[in-house]
Amino acid sequence: MSSDKIVRVANAQGFWGDSVLGPLRLVDEGPVDYLTFDYLAEITMSIMQKQKMKDPNMGYARDFVSMLEKILPTCKAKGIKVIANAGGVNPKACLSAIEAIMARAGITGMTLAVVEGDDILDRIDSLVAAGETFANLDDGQPLSTVRDRITSANVYIGAKPIVEALKLGADIIITGRASDPSLVLAPLIHEFGWSMEDYDKLAAGTIAGHIIECGPQCTGGNYSNWREVQDFGRIGYPIVEARADGSFVVTKHEGTGGLVSVETVTSQLLYELGDPRNYLGPDCIADFTTIHIEQQGKDRVAISRIRGRAPTPTYKVSMSYTNGFKILGTLCISGPDAVEKAHVMADMVWQRIAMHGYNIPEEDRFLELFGTNVLYKGLVPAPVQPSEIMMRIGARGQDRNALNVLGMELAPLITSGPPGVTGFAGGRPLATEVVGYWPALIDKEKVTTNVISKGH
Amino acid sequence: MALTTLAAIAIARSGDKGKGSNIGVMAKTPALYEFLRNTLTSDVVKNYFREICHGPVTRYEVPNLQSLNFILEDSLGGGGTETLITDAQGKVHGLGLLHLPLDVPDQLLAEASHG
Repeated sequence: MSSDKIVRVANAQGFWGDSVLGPLRLVDEGPVDYLTFDYLAEITMSIMQKQKMKDPNMGYARDFVSMLEKILPTCKAKGIKVIANAGGVNPKACLSAIEAIMARAGITGMTLAVVEGDDILDRIDSLVAAGETFANLDDGQPLSTVRDRITSANVYIGAKPIVEALKLGADIIITGRASDPSLVLAPLIHEFGWSMEDYDKLAAGTIAGHIIECGPQCTGGNYSNWREVQDFGRIGYPIVEARADGSFVVTKHEGTGGLVSVETVTSQLLYELGDPRNYLGPDCIADFTTIHIEQQGKDRVAISRIRGRAPTPTYKVSMSYTNGFKILGTLCISGPDAVEKAHVMADMVWQRIAMHGYNIPEEDRFLELFGTNVLYKGLVPAPVQPSEIMMRIGARGQDRNALNVLGMELAPLITSGPPGVTGFAGGRPLATEVVGYWPALIDKEKVTTNVISKGH
Repeated sequence: MALTTLAAIAIARSGDKGKGSNIGVMAKTPALYEFLRNTLTSDVVKNYFREICHGPVTRYEVPNLQSLNFILEDSLGGGGTETLITDAQGKVHGLGLLHLPLDVPDQLLAEASHG
């Protein structure tokens, strides 16, 4: 293999709900070999699990499929491969949906693959019997406190099964809860023939994935020196140009907006970072203190010398559980004494809930007066007498009906309370289920992944 | 010495870590990194965020990135999916820290504006 070989891996979607312009532009605006799509956050799996319970054909990122229909002809023509954790809790249903759009569009000659094995919801009890405790990683609580309320349970699997799918010749790979960086690491392992024991290389690919997994957040988006950034509207999605030695360049397509600088890339390196020496992933432990970073021309940042170590013997597990209900309503309150009037109105709401015969204990009540320095409480001086604020009033609890009474008693404040209320256009809020997040660990030996590939 | 804010000498980004948040701070120059390493301690950050962060603050040094990483435990009003507060993921904690008033030696400040 030539050491000059460069593999271009892009992130086309930083989260579920990111702009569809990302993938549409990436396939057109310049060279790219792999498009990766990161759809899954902690809460997403639980939402998808609920959808699957209502309809066994649901439970994946449906907008991924409709987007794919638009880019597949170009991907096929240019040989661009797609790796997406869009499968959610139902990767097979996602695969069937993709097959349907390919048939409809008459696209043939592409191989699809699905990675399975991350979903352990149905195996929890047998795994507990086999010795897995699934104690809460944050506070050590035993699983028994939430066992009967668990709604999803997924293992953050690594790059290996995705590499297997690539070896089988897959052009489109759908996974469930694969760890975000592994979507980027896997094609590098495959293209460069890296060993799964070459931890420096695996760490390099993992950090490459960490940098681009939130899309344009490394190309100038959400950057504190934002005045340096040009043309946010056409901000370029990030591309890693990787080499066999583990070095890579973070860049974006020429002519796109945004900014790739040591500062914009470092900002993203620091995003959601814990202990920089111990960035734990399924395939390795990456050491962020070994990163060498330098500007290599306009919108090109070179990264090299990354060191890694062997991974832990466990995978991270993400479980979700139902944890009662919550409701939140908003009202705009304006004019003289807006803050004082908001407190009078909040008291009216609690009083009226009691008049309906319901009780919401004080510790379950929520009131935030946006515009009185709620985000920067104590950090900067609060405005003394804002002439307009947004009252965000809500509650939590087990009694859905009590919470919905709160929703019914907001609009009447306009005619029954102090003056100056406006902007109640969103309709009556309704109580929704609270999804709790339960992080845990599982012995790697207990997890088996499986790749299904189908030619079309 | 000139009284300024952290925004004059650093950039920052924050996000959620379970029921807490992290704030990454990158100094504009190597000299400013050394300055911040000595002045921007976990105690300073904890004191500044005392009305937001109800747990301890841990600091990690990342000298190769001219950066410090702070973990603010219990700073999200209960955690990502459960709380009703607006900034449930600590997205703006980084910009909040940039408001921190700081006495910065004139020469370091001059280098930052030229850099």
